[in-house]
Amino acid sequence: MAAATVPVYGLLAEFDTPAQLVAAAKRAHAEGYRKMDTFSPFPIEEAWEAIGHHDHRLSLIVLTGGVIGALAGYGLEYWVHAIAYPLNIAGKPLNSWPQFIPVTFEMTILVASLSAVLGMIVLNGLPMPYHPVFNVPRFEHASRDKFFLLVESRDPKFDRQRTLEFLKGLDPSEINEVEP
Amino acid sequence: MVDRHALSDTADVARLQQRGMIIGVAGLVVGAIASILQPDQFLPSWLIGFTFCIGLSMGCLALLMTQHLSGGQWGLVARRVFEAGSRLLPYSVLLFIPIAIFLPKLYLWARPEAVHADEILEHKAPYLNVWFFLIRAAVYFLIWWFCAHNLNRWSVQQDRGELGVTEADTRRFRVISAPGLLAYVLTMSLAAIDWLMSLDPHWYSTIFGFIIVAGQALCALSFSVAILAMLAESAPMSTVLRAGHFHDLGKLMLAFVMLWAYFSFSQFLIIWAGNLPEEIPFYIARLRYGWQYVSLLIVVGHFFLPFLLLLSRDLKRRPRLLARVAWFIVAMRLIDLIWIIAPVFNQDRAFPVSVANVAIPLGLAGVWLYLFAGQLRRRALVPVNDPYFKEMLAHGQPAGH
Repeated sequence: MAAATVPVYGLLAEFDTPAQLVAAAKRAHAEGYRKMDTFSPFPIEEAWEAIGHHDHRLSLIVLTGGVIGALAGYGLEYWVHAIAYPLNIAGKPLNSWPQFIPVTFEMTILVASLSAVLGMIVLNGLPMPYHPVFNVPRFEHASRDKFFLLVESRDPKFDRQRTLEFLKGLDPSEINEVEP
Repeated sequence: MVDRHALSDTADVARLQQRGMIIGVAGLVVGAIASILQPDQFLPSWLIGFTFCIGLSMGCLALLMTQHLSGGQWGLVARRVFEAGSRLLPYSVLLFIPIAIFLPKLYLWARPEAVHADEILEHKAPYLNVWFFLIRAAVYFLIWWFCAHNLNRWSVQQDRGELGVTEADTRRFRVISAPGLLAYVLTMSLAAIDWLMSLDPHWYSTIFGFIIVAGQALCALSFSVAILAMLAESAPMSTVLRAGHFHDLGKLMLAFVMLWAYFSFSQFLIIWAGNLPEEIPFYIARLRYGWQYVSLLIVVGHFFLPFLLLLSRDLKRRPRLLARVAWFIVAMRLIDLIWIIAPVFNQDRAFPVSVANVAIPLGLAGVWLYLFAGQLRRRALVPVNDPYFKEMLAHGQPAGH
Protein backbone atom coordinates (compact mmCIF):
# COMPACT_ATOMS: atom_id res chain seq x y z
CA MET A 1 0.00 0.00 0.00
CA ALA A 2 1.57 3.20 -1.20
CA ALA A 3 -0.74 5.39 0.83
CA ALA A 4 0.51 3.92 4.08
CA THR A 5 3.97 5.40 3.58
CA VAL A 6 2.66 8.98 3.44
CA PRO A 7 2.69 10.43 6.98
CA VAL A 8 -0.67 11.45 8.42
CA TYR A 9 -1.51 14.15 10.95
CA GLY A 10 -4.05 11.89 12.62
CA LEU A 11 -7.34 10.07 12.32
CA LEU A 12 -10.67 11.83 12.47
CA ALA A 13 -13.76 9.90 13.57
CA GLU A 14 -17.16 11.39 12.94
CA PHE A 15 -20.19 10.91 15.22
CA ASP A 16 -23.84 11.89 14.96
CA THR A 17 -24.59 12.80 18.58
CA PRO A 18 -22.74 14.48 21.45
CA ALA A 19 -23.35 11.43 23.67
CA GLN A 20 -21.55 9.18 21.14
CA LEU A 21 -18.64 11.61 21.00
CA VAL A 22 -18.31 11.74 24.78
CA ALA A 23 -18.51 7.94 25.05
CA ALA A 24 -15.91 7.53 22.30
CA ALA A 25 -13.59 10.09 23.85
CA LYS A 26 -13.84 8.37 27.23
CA ARG A 27 -12.99 4.97 25.71
CA ALA A 28 -10.07 6.40 23.75
CA HIS A 29 -8.75 8.02 26.92
CA ALA A 30 -9.15 4.75 28.81
CA GLU A 31 -7.33 3.00 25.98
CA GLY A 32 -4.34 5.24 26.66
CA TYR A 33 -4.61 7.89 23.94
CA ARG A 34 -3.66 11.38 25.14
CA LYS A 35 -2.99 13.58 22.09
CA MET A 36 -6.64 13.97 21.17
CA ASP A 37 -9.06 16.74 20.40
CA THR A 38 -12.81 16.99 20.00
CA PHE A 39 -14.78 19.25 17.68
CA SER A 40 -18.47 20.05 18.01
CA PRO A 41 -20.90 22.76 16.87
CA PHE A 42 -21.40 23.84 20.51
CA PRO A 43 -19.23 23.52 23.64
CA ILE A 44 -19.52 20.15 25.40
CA GLU A 45 -17.89 20.34 28.81
CA GLU A 46 -17.96 16.56 29.20
CA ALA A 47 -16.04 15.96 25.99
CA TRP A 48 -13.37 18.33 27.18
CA GLU A 49 -13.14 16.40 30.44
CA ALA A 50 -13.29 13.01 28.70
CA ILE A 51 -10.07 13.60 26.75
CA GLY A 52 -8.33 14.30 30.03
CA HIS A 53 -7.77 18.01 29.75
CA HIS A 54 -6.64 19.37 33.08
CA ASP A 55 -4.94 22.48 31.87
CA HIS A 56 -4.74 25.09 34.61
CA ARG A 57 -2.40 27.45 32.81
CA LEU A 58 -5.14 29.90 31.85
CA SER A 59 -6.49 30.00 35.43
CA LEU A 60 -3.02 30.90 36.65
CA ILE A 61 -2.62 33.60 34.01
CA VAL A 62 -5.97 35.16 34.99
CA LEU A 63 -5.14 35.00 38.70
CA THR A 64 -1.75 36.61 38.09
CA GLY A 65 -3.41 39.29 35.97
CA GLY A 66 -5.93 39.97 38.72
CA VAL A 67 -3.24 40.32 41.39
CA ILE A 68 -1.15 42.60 39.15
CA GLY A 69 -4.26 44.71 38.46
CA ALA A 70 -5.07 45.00 42.15
CA LEU A 71 -1.52 46.05 43.04
CA ALA A 72 -1.35 48.48 40.10
CA GLY A 73 -4.71 50.04 41.00
CA TYR A 74 -3.83 50.48 44.64
CA GLY A 75 -0.31 51.60 43.75
CA LEU A 76 -1.63 54.26 41.39
CA GLU A 77 -3.96 55.66 44.05
CA TYR A 78 -1.26 55.54 46.69
CA TRP A 79 1.24 57.28 44.45
CA VAL A 80 -1.22 60.03 43.50
CA HIS A 81 -2.58 60.70 46.99
CA ALA A 82 0.36 59.98 49.27
CA ILE A 83 3.42 60.83 47.15
CA ALA A 84 2.71 63.02 44.11
CA TYR A 85 -0.17 65.22 45.36
CA PRO A 86 -0.40 64.89 49.15
CA LEU A 87 -3.56 66.92 49.81
CA ASN A 88 -5.50 66.98 53.06
CA ILE A 89 -9.01 65.90 52.06
CA ALA A 90 -11.63 66.11 54.84
CA GLY A 91 -8.92 65.52 57.44
CA LYS A 92 -8.47 61.94 56.29
CA PRO A 93 -5.04 60.29 56.28
CA LEU A 94 -3.15 60.46 52.97
CA ASN A 95 -3.27 56.68 52.58
CA SER A 96 -7.08 56.43 52.90
CA TRP A 97 -7.48 52.85 51.80
CA PRO A 98 -11.32 52.69 51.71
CA GLN A 99 -11.31 55.38 49.01
CA PHE A 100 -8.84 53.37 46.96
CA ILE A 101 -10.87 50.16 46.87
CA PRO A 102 -13.17 51.03 43.90
CA VAL A 103 -10.20 51.77 41.61
CA THR A 104 -8.33 48.74 42.94
CA PHE A 105 -11.36 46.55 42.25
CA GLU A 106 -11.91 47.93 38.73
CA MET A 107 -8.24 47.44 37.84
CA THR A 108 -8.35 43.87 39.18
CA ILE A 109 -11.28 43.06 36.91
CA LEU A 110 -9.82 44.90 33.92
CA VAL A 111 -6.41 43.24 33.97
CA ALA A 112 -7.88 39.81 34.84
CA SER A 113 -10.33 40.01 31.91
CA LEU A 114 -7.65 41.16 29.48
CA SER A 115 -5.36 38.34 30.69
CA ALA A 116 -8.17 35.86 30.12
CA VAL A 117 -8.75 36.97 26.51
CA LEU A 118 -5.09 37.38 25.57
CA GLY A 119 -4.03 34.24 27.47
CA MET A 120 -6.69 32.21 25.69
CA ILE A 121 -5.54 33.51 22.29
CA VAL A 122 -1.85 32.85 22.99
CA LEU A 123 -2.34 29.41 24.57
CA ASN A 124 -4.55 28.32 21.67
CA GLY A 125 -1.86 29.40 19.24
CA LEU A 126 -4.26 31.82 17.56
CA PRO A 127 -4.42 33.22 14.97
CA MET A 128 -4.03 29.89 13.17
CA PRO A 129 -4.97 30.23 9.50
CA TYR A 130 -4.05 26.62 8.69
CA HIS A 131 -4.88 23.41 10.50
CA PRO A 132 -4.56 19.91 9.02
CA VAL A 133 -8.16 18.96 9.92
CA PHE A 134 -9.35 21.38 7.24
CA ASN A 135 -7.99 18.87 4.70
CA VAL A 136 -10.94 16.62 5.53
CA PRO A 137 -13.90 17.96 3.50
CA ARG A 138 -16.42 16.52 5.98
CA PHE A 139 -14.89 18.68 8.71
CA GLU A 140 -17.06 21.66 7.80
CA HIS A 141 -19.87 19.76 9.53
CA ALA A 142 -18.08 20.37 12.84
CA SER A 143 -19.61 23.82 12.87
CA ARG A 144 -23.01 22.50 11.83
CA ASP A 145 -24.32 19.10 12.87
CA LYS A 146 -21.53 16.53 13.41
CA PHE A 147 -19.20 15.67 16.27
CA PHE A 148 -15.55 14.77 15.68
CA LEU A 149 -12.85 13.00 17.62
CA LEU A 150 -9.29 13.51 16.41
CA VAL A 151 -6.44 11.21 17.45
CA GLU A 152 -3.15 12.80 16.52
CA SER A 153 -0.27 10.77 15.08
CA ARG A 154 2.18 12.31 17.58
CA ASP A 155 0.46 10.31 20.33
CA PRO A 156 2.98 7.64 21.42
CA LYS A 157 0.25 5.00 21.24
CA PHE A 158 -0.71 6.00 17.69
CA ASP A 159 -0.46 3.25 15.09
CA ARG A 160 -2.13 3.83 11.78
CA GLN A 161 -3.68 0.38 11.47
CA ARG A 162 -4.39 -0.41 15.12
CA THR A 163 -5.78 3.05 15.89
CA LEU A 164 -7.99 2.78 12.82
CA GLU A 165 -9.30 -0.57 14.03
CA PHE A 166 -9.86 0.84 17.50
CA LEU A 167 -11.78 3.84 16.19
CA LYS A 168 -13.92 1.57 14.00
CA GLY A 169 -14.88 -0.25 17.16
CA LEU A 170 -16.32 2.99 18.57
CA ASP A 171 -19.07 2.92 15.95
CA PRO A 172 -18.42 6.22 14.16
CA SER A 173 -20.42 7.16 11.08
CA GLU A 174 -17.17 7.81 9.19
CA ILE A 175 -13.37 7.80 9.69
CA ASN A 176 -11.00 9.99 7.71
CA GLU A 177 -7.24 10.18 7.57
CA VAL A 178 -6.01 13.72 8.13
CA GLU A 179 -3.23 14.80 5.80
CA PRO A 180 -0.60 16.98 7.42
CA MET B 1 -49.23 9.52 41.77
CA VAL B 2 -45.69 9.63 43.01
CA ASP B 3 -44.40 7.21 45.57
CA ARG B 4 -42.76 9.69 47.90
CA HIS B 5 -41.11 7.04 50.02
CA ALA B 6 -39.10 5.74 47.10
CA LEU B 7 -38.00 9.30 46.34
CA SER B 8 -37.10 10.52 49.80
CA ASP B 9 -33.86 10.02 51.64
CA THR B 10 -35.21 9.00 55.02
CA ALA B 11 -32.00 8.04 56.84
CA ASP B 12 -30.02 11.20 56.09
CA VAL B 13 -32.97 13.49 56.70
CA ALA B 14 -33.75 11.76 60.00
CA ARG B 15 -30.16 12.35 61.10
CA LEU B 16 -30.49 16.00 60.11
CA GLN B 17 -33.71 16.25 62.10
CA GLN B 18 -32.04 14.74 65.15
CA ARG B 19 -29.14 17.20 64.89
CA GLY B 20 -31.57 20.07 64.59
CA MET B 21 -33.29 18.98 67.76
CA ILE B 22 -30.00 18.64 69.67
CA ILE B 23 -28.82 22.10 68.57
CA GLY B 24 -32.25 23.52 69.31
CA VAL B 25 -32.55 22.10 72.82
CA ALA B 26 -28.92 22.80 73.75
CA GLY B 27 -29.09 26.36 72.40
CA LEU B 28 -32.34 27.17 74.15
CA VAL B 29 -31.23 25.67 77.49
CA VAL B 30 -27.93 27.58 77.45
CA GLY B 31 -29.78 30.65 76.20
CA ALA B 32 -32.33 30.42 79.00
CA ILE B 33 -29.62 30.19 81.68
CA ALA B 34 -27.69 33.08 80.10
CA SER B 35 -30.90 35.13 79.95
CA ILE B 36 -31.57 34.58 83.65
CA LEU B 37 -28.10 35.92 84.40
CA GLN B 38 -28.43 38.81 81.92
CA PRO B 39 -32.17 39.45 81.50
CA ASP B 40 -31.63 42.51 79.29
CA GLN B 41 -29.92 40.32 76.69
CA PHE B 42 -32.92 38.05 76.13
CA LEU B 43 -34.93 40.19 73.68
CA PRO B 44 -31.96 41.34 71.57
CA SER B 45 -30.87 37.70 71.28
CA TRP B 46 -34.39 36.67 70.33
CA LEU B 47 -34.40 39.38 67.65
CA ILE B 48 -31.11 37.99 66.27
CA GLY B 49 -32.63 34.50 66.19
CA PHE B 50 -35.84 35.74 64.58
CA THR B 51 -33.89 37.66 61.90
CA PHE B 52 -31.73 34.62 61.17
CA CYS B 53 -34.69 32.20 60.90
CA ILE B 54 -36.84 34.49 58.78
CA GLY B 55 -33.78 35.08 56.62
CA LEU B 56 -33.45 31.35 55.97
CA SER B 57 -37.15 30.98 55.14
CA MET B 58 -37.36 34.10 53.01
CA GLY B 59 -34.07 33.40 51.27
CA CYS B 60 -35.45 29.98 50.34
CA LEU B 61 -38.66 31.59 49.04
CA ALA B 62 -36.68 34.15 47.01
CA LEU B 63 -34.50 31.42 45.49
CA LEU B 64 -37.59 29.32 44.76
CA MET B 65 -39.18 32.22 42.89
CA THR B 66 -35.89 32.97 41.12
CA GLN B 67 -35.49 29.42 39.87
CA HIS B 68 -39.11 29.30 38.67
CA LEU B 69 -38.33 32.39 36.59
CA SER B 70 -34.82 31.56 35.43
CA GLY B 71 -35.11 27.82 34.87
CA GLY B 72 -31.86 25.87 34.85
CA GLN B 73 -30.94 22.53 36.34
CA TRP B 74 -29.46 24.02 39.53
CA GLY B 75 -32.97 25.12 40.43
CA LEU B 76 -34.67 21.84 39.53
CA VAL B 77 -32.41 19.79 41.78
CA ALA B 78 -32.61 22.30 44.64
CA ARG B 79 -36.32 23.10 44.38
CA ARG B 80 -37.51 20.75 47.15
CA VAL B 81 -34.96 22.22 49.57
CA PHE B 82 -36.10 25.76 48.76
CA GLU B 83 -39.76 24.72 49.10
CA ALA B 84 -39.23 23.03 52.45
CA GLY B 85 -37.46 26.17 53.72
CA SER B 86 -40.20 28.47 52.46
CA ARG B 87 -42.86 26.38 54.21
CA LEU B 88 -41.30 27.35 57.56
CA LEU B 89 -42.42 30.95 57.17
CA PRO B 90 -45.21 30.47 59.77
CA TYR B 91 -42.63 29.29 62.34
CA SER B 92 -40.54 32.41 61.69
CA VAL B 93 -43.66 34.57 62.02
CA LEU B 94 -44.40 32.89 65.35
CA LEU B 95 -41.00 34.08 66.56
CA PHE B 96 -42.12 37.64 65.86
CA ILE B 97 -44.78 37.55 68.60
CA PRO B 98 -42.44 38.19 71.58
CA ILE B 99 -40.88 41.05 69.64
CA ALA B 100 -44.31 42.55 68.95
CA ILE B 101 -45.28 42.25 72.64
CA PHE B 102 -42.09 43.79 74.01
CA LEU B 103 -41.52 46.46 71.36
CA PRO B 104 -40.67 49.28 73.82
CA LYS B 105 -37.92 47.16 75.37
CA LEU B 106 -36.19 46.81 71.99
CA TYR B 107 -36.95 50.05 70.18
CA LEU B 108 -36.34 53.54 71.48
CA TRP B 109 -39.04 55.01 69.23
CA ALA B 110 -41.67 52.79 70.89
CA ARG B 111 -41.16 54.52 74.27
CA PRO B 112 -43.41 57.62 74.45
CA GLU B 113 -41.21 59.44 76.96
CA ALA B 114 -38.14 59.00 74.70
CA VAL B 115 -40.08 60.27 71.67
CA HIS B 116 -41.27 63.37 73.53
CA ALA B 117 -37.76 64.18 74.62
CA ASP B 118 -36.37 63.96 71.09
CA GLU B 119 -37.41 66.29 68.28
CA ILE B 120 -36.13 63.98 65.53
CA LEU B 121 -38.04 60.99 66.90
CA GLU B 122 -41.19 63.11 67.12
CA HIS B 123 -40.68 64.03 63.50
CA LYS B 124 -40.34 60.34 62.58
CA ALA B 125 -43.30 59.25 64.71
CA PRO B 126 -45.87 59.16 61.86
CA TYR B 127 -43.89 56.23 60.43
CA LEU B 128 -42.11 54.83 63.47
CA ASN B 129 -45.01 54.16 65.84
CA VAL B 130 -46.21 50.91 67.38
CA TRP B 131 -49.42 50.43 65.43
CA PHE B 132 -48.09 51.29 62.02
CA PHE B 133 -45.06 49.07 62.72
CA LEU B 134 -47.30 46.10 63.52
CA ILE B 135 -49.59 46.73 60.54
CA ARG B 136 -46.59 46.88 58.21
CA ALA B 137 -45.22 43.62 59.64
CA ALA B 138 -48.62 41.96 59.11
CA VAL B 139 -48.70 43.15 55.49
CA TYR B 140 -45.19 41.82 54.83
CA PHE B 141 -46.06 38.43 56.34
CA LEU B 142 -49.28 38.22 54.32
CA ILE B 143 -47.54 38.95 51.03
CA TRP B 144 -44.79 36.41 51.73
CA TRP B 145 -47.22 33.79 52.96
CA PHE B 146 -49.35 34.24 49.82
CA CYS B 147 -46.37 33.53 47.55
CA ALA B 148 -44.99 30.64 49.62
CA HIS B 149 -48.41 29.05 50.14
CA ASN B 150 -49.46 29.06 46.48
CA LEU B 151 -46.13 27.92 45.08
CA ASN B 152 -46.08 25.01 47.54
CA ARG B 153 -49.75 24.13 47.02
CA TRP B 154 -49.33 23.95 43.24
CA SER B 155 -46.14 21.98 43.64
CA VAL B 156 -48.03 19.33 45.66
CA GLN B 157 -50.69 19.20 42.96
CA GLN B 158 -47.99 18.91 40.32
CA ASP B 159 -46.62 15.85 42.15
CA ARG B 160 -50.08 14.33 42.02
CA GLY B 161 -50.19 15.06 38.30
CA GLU B 162 -53.13 17.44 38.63
CA LEU B 163 -51.49 20.54 37.19
CA GLY B 164 -48.26 21.93 35.85
CA VAL B 165 -47.38 18.76 33.95
CA THR B 166 -47.08 20.57 30.62
CA GLU B 167 -44.64 23.38 29.95
CA ALA B 168 -47.49 25.78 29.18
CA ASP B 169 -49.17 25.00 32.49
CA THR B 170 -46.05 25.78 34.54
CA ARG B 171 -46.70 29.43 33.64
CA ARG B 172 -48.74 29.81 36.84
CA PHE B 173 -45.54 29.43 38.90
CA ARG B 174 -43.95 32.29 37.00
CA VAL B 175 -47.04 34.46 37.26
CA ILE B 176 -46.64 34.40 41.05
CA SER B 177 -42.85 34.45 41.07
CA ALA B 178 -42.22 37.56 38.96
CA PRO B 179 -44.27 40.03 41.03
CA GLY B 180 -43.46 37.97 44.13
CA LEU B 181 -39.74 38.46 43.72
CA LEU B 182 -40.18 42.19 43.20
CA ALA B 183 -42.47 42.39 46.24
CA TYR B 184 -39.98 40.37 48.28
CA VAL B 185 -37.10 42.76 47.59
CA LEU B 186 -39.22 45.81 48.37
CA THR B 187 -40.97 44.45 51.46
CA MET B 188 -37.85 42.81 52.87
CA SER B 189 -35.99 46.08 52.41
CA LEU B 190 -38.71 47.85 54.37
CA ALA B 191 -38.78 45.07 56.95
CA ALA B 192 -35.01 45.39 57.43
CA ILE B 193 -35.47 49.12 58.00
CA ASP B 194 -38.31 48.47 60.47
CA TRP B 195 -36.82 45.60 62.44
CA LEU B 196 -33.09 46.32 62.35
CA MET B 197 -32.25 49.82 61.19
CA SER B 198 -34.77 51.44 63.56
CA LEU B 199 -32.93 49.90 66.54
CA ASP B 200 -30.95 53.14 66.29
CA PRO B 201 -33.74 55.45 65.12
CA HIS B 202 -31.37 58.29 64.31
CA TRP B 203 -29.26 56.25 61.93
CA TYR B 204 -30.09 55.64 58.30
CA SER B 205 -28.47 54.01 55.31
CA THR B 206 -30.36 53.62 52.03
CA ILE B 207 -28.55 50.43 51.00
CA PHE B 208 -29.16 48.66 54.32
CA GLY B 209 -32.22 46.75 53.06
CA PHE B 210 -30.29 45.36 50.13
CA ILE B 211 -27.49 44.17 52.40
CA ILE B 212 -30.07 42.14 54.33
CA VAL B 213 -31.74 40.86 51.13
CA ALA B 214 -28.41 39.75 49.63
CA GLY B 215 -27.46 38.18 52.97
CA GLN B 216 -30.69 36.19 53.10
CA ALA B 217 -30.22 34.86 49.57
CA LEU B 218 -26.60 33.95 50.36
CA CYS B 219 -27.54 32.27 53.64
CA ALA B 220 -30.39 30.23 52.14
CA LEU B 221 -28.32 29.26 49.09
CA SER B 222 -25.37 28.13 51.20
CA PHE B 223 -27.69 26.20 53.50
CA SER B 224 -29.33 24.51 50.51
CA VAL B 225 -25.97 23.57 49.01
CA ALA B 226 -24.93 22.00 52.31
CA ILE B 227 -28.20 20.03 52.44
CA LEU B 228 -27.85 18.93 48.80
CA ALA B 229 -24.28 17.76 49.43
CA MET B 230 -25.62 15.62 52.27
CA LEU B 231 -28.45 14.25 50.12
CA ALA B 232 -26.05 13.53 47.24
CA GLU B 233 -24.42 10.77 49.29
CA SER B 234 -27.30 8.33 48.91
CA ALA B 235 -30.33 7.47 46.79
CA PRO B 236 -32.38 9.01 45.26
CA MET B 237 -30.39 12.23 44.93
CA SER B 238 -27.12 10.41 44.21
CA THR B 239 -28.61 9.43 40.86
CA VAL B 240 -29.70 12.99 40.03
CA LEU B 241 -27.01 15.29 41.41
CA ARG B 242 -23.83 15.70 39.40
CA ALA B 243 -20.60 17.63 39.91
CA GLY B 244 -21.89 20.10 37.33
CA HIS B 245 -24.86 21.02 39.55
CA PHE B 246 -22.60 21.79 42.48
CA HIS B 247 -20.33 23.72 40.15
CA ASP B 248 -23.27 25.93 39.12
CA LEU B 249 -24.52 26.35 42.70
CA GLY B 250 -20.96 27.17 43.80
CA LYS B 251 -20.72 29.86 41.14
CA LEU B 252 -23.99 31.32 42.40
CA MET B 253 -22.63 31.27 45.96
CA LEU B 254 -19.55 33.15 44.78
CA ALA B 255 -21.77 35.72 43.07
CA PHE B 256 -23.84 36.26 46.24
CA VAL B 257 -20.71 36.52 48.42
CA MET B 258 -19.52 39.27 46.09
CA LEU B 259 -22.94 40.95 45.96
CA TRP B 260 -23.15 41.05 49.76
CA ALA B 261 -19.59 42.40 50.00
CA TYR B 262 -20.35 45.00 47.34
CA PHE B 263 -23.42 46.30 49.19
CA SER B 264 -21.72 46.20 52.59
CA PHE B 265 -18.61 47.95 51.39
CA SER B 266 -20.65 50.59 49.56
CA GLN B 267 -22.44 51.41 52.80
CA PHE B 268 -19.16 51.62 54.69
CA LEU B 269 -17.36 53.70 52.05
CA ILE B 270 -20.14 56.28 51.75
CA ILE B 271 -20.62 56.67 55.51
CA TRP B 272 -16.88 56.70 56.18
CA ALA B 273 -16.21 59.28 53.45
CA GLY B 274 -19.11 61.49 54.49
CA ASN B 275 -18.29 61.19 58.20
CA LEU B 276 -21.59 62.82 59.16
CA PRO B 277 -22.63 62.89 62.83
CA GLU B 278 -25.98 61.14 62.16
CA GLU B 279 -24.44 58.32 60.08
CA ILE B 280 -21.00 57.53 61.45
CA PRO B 281 -22.05 56.33 64.97
CA PHE B 282 -23.04 52.96 63.44
CA TYR B 283 -19.43 52.23 62.55
CA ILE B 284 -17.91 53.96 65.58
CA ALA B 285 -19.92 51.62 67.83
CA ARG B 286 -18.63 48.63 65.84
CA LEU B 287 -14.98 49.68 65.81
CA ARG B 288 -14.40 49.82 69.57
CA TYR B 289 -15.18 47.94 72.82
CA GLY B 290 -13.87 44.76 71.19
CA TRP B 291 -16.34 44.90 68.29
CA GLN B 292 -13.48 45.81 65.95
CA TYR B 293 -12.33 42.18 66.12
CA VAL B 294 -15.78 40.95 65.13
CA SER B 295 -15.75 43.51 62.29
CA LEU B 296 -12.41 42.18 61.11
CA LEU B 297 -13.68 38.61 61.36
CA ILE B 298 -16.62 39.52 59.12
CA VAL B 299 -14.40 41.23 56.52
CA VAL B 300 -12.13 38.18 56.36
CA GLY B 301 -14.64 35.38 56.99
CA HIS B 302 -17.68 36.75 55.18
CA PHE B 303 -15.82 37.93 52.11
CA PHE B 304 -12.12 37.19 51.58
CA LEU B 305 -12.00 33.57 52.70
CA PRO B 306 -15.15 32.29 50.92
CA PHE B 307 -14.34 34.46 47.89
CA LEU B 308 -10.86 33.01 47.46
CA LEU B 309 -12.00 29.43 48.16
CA LEU B 310 -14.96 29.64 45.76
CA LEU B 311 -12.70 30.81 42.94
CA SER B 312 -11.43 27.24 42.69
CA ARG B 313 -13.17 25.14 40.07
CA ASP B 314 -12.15 21.87 41.72
CA LEU B 315 -13.59 22.91 45.08
CA LYS B 316 -16.95 23.81 43.54
CA ARG B 317 -17.15 20.38 41.91
CA ARG B 318 -16.53 18.51 45.19
CA PRO B 319 -19.79 18.48 47.15
CA ARG B 320 -18.18 17.70 50.52
CA LEU B 321 -15.67 20.52 50.34
CA LEU B 322 -18.27 22.92 48.98
CA ALA B 323 -20.59 21.98 51.85
CA ARG B 324 -17.93 22.94 54.39
CA VAL B 325 -17.56 26.37 52.80
CA ALA B 326 -21.37 26.61 52.72
CA TRP B 327 -21.79 25.85 56.45
CA PHE B 328 -19.03 28.34 57.17
CA ILE B 329 -20.92 31.04 55.24
CA VAL B 330 -24.14 30.20 57.15
CA ALA B 331 -22.21 30.68 60.41
CA MET B 332 -20.82 33.99 59.14
CA ARG B 333 -24.35 35.14 58.33
CA LEU B 334 -25.29 34.58 61.98
CA ILE B 335 -22.19 36.46 63.15
CA ASP B 336 -23.04 39.31 60.77
CA LEU B 337 -26.54 39.59 62.26
CA ILE B 338 -25.12 39.54 65.79
CA TRP B 339 -22.74 42.31 64.67
CA ILE B 340 -25.65 44.38 63.36
CA ILE B 341 -27.98 43.93 66.34
CA ALA B 342 -25.98 43.26 69.52
CA PRO B 343 -23.79 46.43 69.66
CA VAL B 344 -26.96 48.53 70.06
CA PHE B 345 -27.57 46.79 73.39
CA ASN B 346 -24.18 46.12 74.94
CA GLN B 347 -21.73 48.78 73.89
CA ASP B 348 -20.00 49.08 77.23
CA ARG B 349 -19.45 45.42 78.03
CA ALA B 350 -15.89 44.22 78.40
CA PHE B 351 -16.52 41.30 76.07
CA PRO B 352 -18.76 42.35 73.21
CA VAL B 353 -20.86 39.23 72.62
CA SER B 354 -22.89 37.78 75.46
CA VAL B 355 -23.59 34.05 75.63
CA ALA B 356 -27.31 34.57 75.01
CA ASN B 357 -26.56 36.45 71.76
CA VAL B 358 -25.17 33.23 70.32
CA ALA B 359 -27.09 30.53 72.20
CA ILE B 360 -30.66 31.74 71.63
CA PRO B 361 -30.25 32.26 67.86
CA LEU B 362 -28.59 28.83 67.62
CA GLY B 363 -31.46 27.32 69.60
CA LEU B 364 -34.10 28.93 67.39
CA ALA B 365 -32.16 27.94 64.26
CA GLY B 366 -31.87 24.37 65.58
CA VAL B 367 -35.65 24.21 65.93
CA TRP B 368 -35.91 25.65 62.41
CA LEU B 369 -33.59 22.89 61.17
CA TYR B 370 -35.65 20.25 62.99
CA LEU B 371 -38.85 21.52 61.37
CA PHE B 372 -37.09 21.87 58.01
CA ALA B 373 -36.04 18.22 58.02
CA GLY B 374 -39.62 17.28 58.84
CA GLN B 375 -40.86 19.29 55.87
CA LEU B 376 -38.20 17.83 53.58
CA ARG B 377 -39.36 14.33 54.51
CA ARG B 378 -42.96 15.01 53.58
CA ARG B 379 -42.33 15.31 49.86
CA ALA B 380 -40.39 13.51 47.14
CA LEU B 381 -36.93 15.04 46.80
CA VAL B 382 -37.23 15.58 43.07
CA PRO B 383 -40.04 17.26 41.12
CA VAL B 384 -40.72 14.18 38.98
CA ASN B 385 -43.79 15.59 37.26
CA ASP B 386 -42.17 18.88 36.30
CA PRO B 387 -41.86 18.89 32.50
CA TYR B 388 -38.44 20.56 32.68
CA PHE B 389 -37.23 17.92 35.12
CA LYS B 390 -38.37 15.16 32.75
CA GLU B 391 -36.55 16.93 29.95
CA MET B 392 -33.41 17.11 32.08
CA LEU B 393 -33.53 13.36 32.80
CA ALA B 394 -34.24 12.55 29.16
CA HIS B 395 -31.26 14.55 27.90
CA GLY B 396 -28.97 13.43 30.68
CA GLN B 397 -26.83 16.51 30.16
CA PRO B 398 -25.40 16.97 33.63
CA ALA B 399 -23.88 20.44 33.50
CA GLY B 400 -26.68 22.96 33.43
CA HIS B 401 -25.95 26.47 32.27
